[in-house]
Amino acid sequence: MKAHLTRRYRFSASHRLHSTEMSADENRVTYGKCNNPHGHGHNYALEVTVSGQVDQSTGMVCNLVDLDGFVEREVLSRYHLENLNTLQEFAQQVPTTENLSVEIFEILQRGFYQAHLERVRLEETMMNSFEYAGTAEPKH
Amino acid sequence: MVYLTRKAEFSASHFYHNPDFTPEENQRIFGKCNNPNGHGHNYTLEVTVKGEVDPRSGFVVDLKQLKEVMNHEVLDAMDHRFLNKEVPEFFKCIPTTENLAIAVWQRLESKLQKARLHRVRVYETPDLFVDFYGENDPARSYELRGDS
Repeated sequence: MKAHLTRRYRFSASHRLHSTEMSADENRVTYGKCNNPHGHGHNYALEVTVSGQVDQSTGMVCNLVDLDGFVEREVLSRYHLENLNTLQEFAQQVPTTENLSVEIFEILQRGFYQAHLERVRLEETMMNSFEYAGTAEPKH
Repeated sequence: MVYLTRKAEFSASHFYHNPDFTPEENQRIFGKCNNPNGHGHNYTLEVTVKGEVDPRSGFVVDLKQLKEVMNHEVLDAMDHRFLNKEVPEFFKCIPTTENLAIAVWQRLESKLQKARLHRVRVYETPDLFVDFYGENDPARSYELRGDS
């Protein structure tokens, strides 16, 4: 039988929202306080949802140790306590939480093979969150 | 279609062990969860039902009835219990959060009157939860890639 497993992680990072395609005024209007040249930070909460048949011998969709290890190695150690603007994936795109959700989804899709990746959900603050499920609609 | 979710909490203990595995395999796969004396969690259960709104009552489902079914079928059986030893589903099946979500679905499905079960979500901790959408989950097929 198929089940969906969601694991929640946390990391903190700073960023500045600024587009090189916009004028200084347009950047200020579009991003407001997030355009502050010195940047600012968030405590992000990341939810990763994977799905698959529940293995009858283990009762699991996938071993949590594998998922935790992958996320720690490939996602958290990359973003935790970093300035997102300095990272290669944000050299050409604005480090909004939308773009960060897509990046994290793609990291998982490229390298985590132990279960089917359903979606990534990223909370930037307690008041806003973003979901990305690749070409699919997130399942609720 | 309107979806309605009711929450409940229960506390229980469990451990993970497959008698077909060697002690070393059990330890390697389940780690600390293999301790035969068990350990506990405060589980949070979310049951989501769906249905059309009854034009007379304005309800999708009688919440009182849903609450009673959840109390009777799930909480009475599992709250403050050792799942492996006291809940029949887990005499032979490992009480992982995945199997717990499936067991809750199976306990509730036939007992609900008007509303149809949409999703059972079981939180083992605030950082780990499992969703079960029934045996005919139409979600995308699962393809195993690489080593597992």
